[in-house]
Amino acid sequence: MPIHEKSLIRPENLHVQEDIELEGVDVSGHWSTFIESRVVTDYNEALEEEIAELPGGEYIHRCWQCGSCTNACTVNAINGEFNPRYWIYLIRMGMESELLRDKDIIWQCVSCNKCTYACPRDVFPEGVMKATSHWLELKGHTPKSPSMIFDEIFSEQVIKTGKIEDGRTVRRFFQRTGQDLMQPWLVEMVKSMLRNLPIGMLTRLGLANFITPRTSDWSGARDAMNEYIAEREEHHRKALKLDELVQMAETELN
Amino acid sequence: MSEKNLKSKKEKYQEVAYYPGCALEGSGSAYNSSTKALGKALGLKIKEVEDWNCCGAMEVKNIDPKLQTYLSSRVMSITANKMNMDTVMVPCNGCYHNLKKAEYDLANDDETVEVVDRLSKKAGHDTYEAGQVETIHSLDWVKETIGEEGLKERVKNSLDGIKIANYYGCMYTRPRHIFPEKDQGPGSESTSKPHFMDDLLEAAGAENVEFPLKTACCGGAHTLSDSDTSTLLVTNILQAAEAAGAEVIATECPTCHSGLEMHQIRAEKTLGIKTNVKIIYFTQLLGMAIGLKPKAVGLHENISDSFDFVKKKGLA
Repeated sequence: MPIHEKSLIRPENLHVQEDIELEGVDVSGHWSTFIESRVVTDYNEALEEEIAELPGGEYIHRCWQCGSCTNACTVNAINGEFNPRYWIYLIRMGMESELLRDKDIIWQCVSCNKCTYACPRDVFPEGVMKATSHWLELKGHTPKSPSMIFDEIFSEQVIKTGKIEDGRTVRRFFQRTGQDLMQPWLVEMVKSMLRNLPIGMLTRLGLANFITPRTSDWSGARDAMNEYIAEREEHHRKALKLDELVQMAETELN
Repeated sequence: MSEKNLKSKKEKYQEVAYYPGCALEGSGSAYNSSTKALGKALGLKIKEVEDWNCCGAMEVKNIDPKLQTYLSSRVMSITANKMNMDTVMVPCNGCYHNLKKAEYDLANDDETVEVVDRLSKKAGHDTYEAGQVETIHSLDWVKETIGEEGLKERVKNSLDGIKIANYYGCMYTRPRHIFPEKDQGPGSESTSKPHFMDDLLEAAGAENVEFPLKTACCGGAHTLSDSDTSTLLVTNILQAAEAAGAEVIATECPTCHSGLEMHQIRAEKTLGIKTNVKIIYFTQLLGMAIGLKPKAVGLHENISDSFDFVKKKGLA
């Protein structure tokens, strides 16, 4: 089987003249295909270190590119573009612009840990995916992903009260992501739930709107965790040089 | 594993601390009521962990893994230091996974030990030390105390003629290193092909189908934030179960369970794919098999309606 090279080259790097004659020979169409050479000029030498500073990314340096992670990956099976092995390669090479091509799907890792199970080098690719999507957000390359918004709403409530009430979390999530709570499939689901529920249970579900489950004597834990989070955020700001980024942006604006 | 160890587990698990976790007080309340009802009917004792908190779930872990470790460690600290108990039983795969992960990290990572100790002191409770508490899943609990033989003796409504696909999900077996007791040969659970739920349901008379997606992912992490992916993953699981001949998918995790139920409905709405396989907690199936009424195991709280099905099968 011959390899059709064109299928391996990104369409934007293929140039074809529709109407061209060279030394009296008509070479219009695919005869005139020109492939633009790729030059990498923007290595980010700090990329691997920065990812390694974020939780989950610590062991990225162990990777030897066997591809077990991508082979085992749940999301890769439904979207071939989702390729943890390749992203780990790009990060270690410092090829930031190439990584940014996939910036909008990296957060879609479902944390099933099949990659971590398969990895012969204990890279913890699942953690690397989390660290990478976190990095993309901290650096301002992507807005907060729906997943991060959900994580934050959830964590805020746990830190505040010690427990989570799922109905409230769902409502806040739809609010904060600007979605309509009355999604047709959600309505359908609630309807089928109501079919068999006794009145007592309905009242309980209704009351959950007003009563927040709480762990008693929680304020000590709450303060300790908030303090820890502030400490970690400060660490990440420094590790990713976020203050310098802000300064650079300001100078450019002036 | 020697006969002696099996016996000591049997004794040890007769009375355990019970950590339901947040989901079992909300969307997974049927799992809570069925676990309690099953334990009671089997003569096992549980004591709910006093004043427990969220284990941190995947969400807090995503914000900071050590914060999740602290939250899980607090639950184990109360079990050991306040209640003087050495075993905590957890039905939710997410909580179970997190307590196991906290145990592993606290036994192997000095930095985690330092952070957890600092946070525990500030919060004003004893720091949990690795090894104080053994975390077990509700599957371990029933399997080790009652076992297949014990169940067979107690079956009143056999699950005979019910074809079941056993679905274990991600968090019960992965990653392997946080479950040192698994993959230890005969008698232990397997991380690649788990079988504890199969064993118990078979003892209750069920016919387990060969189900290749036992430990596939339901996309529970992104049930709401990336619903399309979750719907695809769930549809794949439901269709594979039906193709294997299953009438029921037995579950052991509130997130998987409600994920399967929600996206079964969503798949019909968004993809036009309808599946009829019933989604029932293993505790509900075992409970009905030993003679508990469907309502006693919270069957009415499930989203997917399996009342007619269990009546037809002679379980009601």
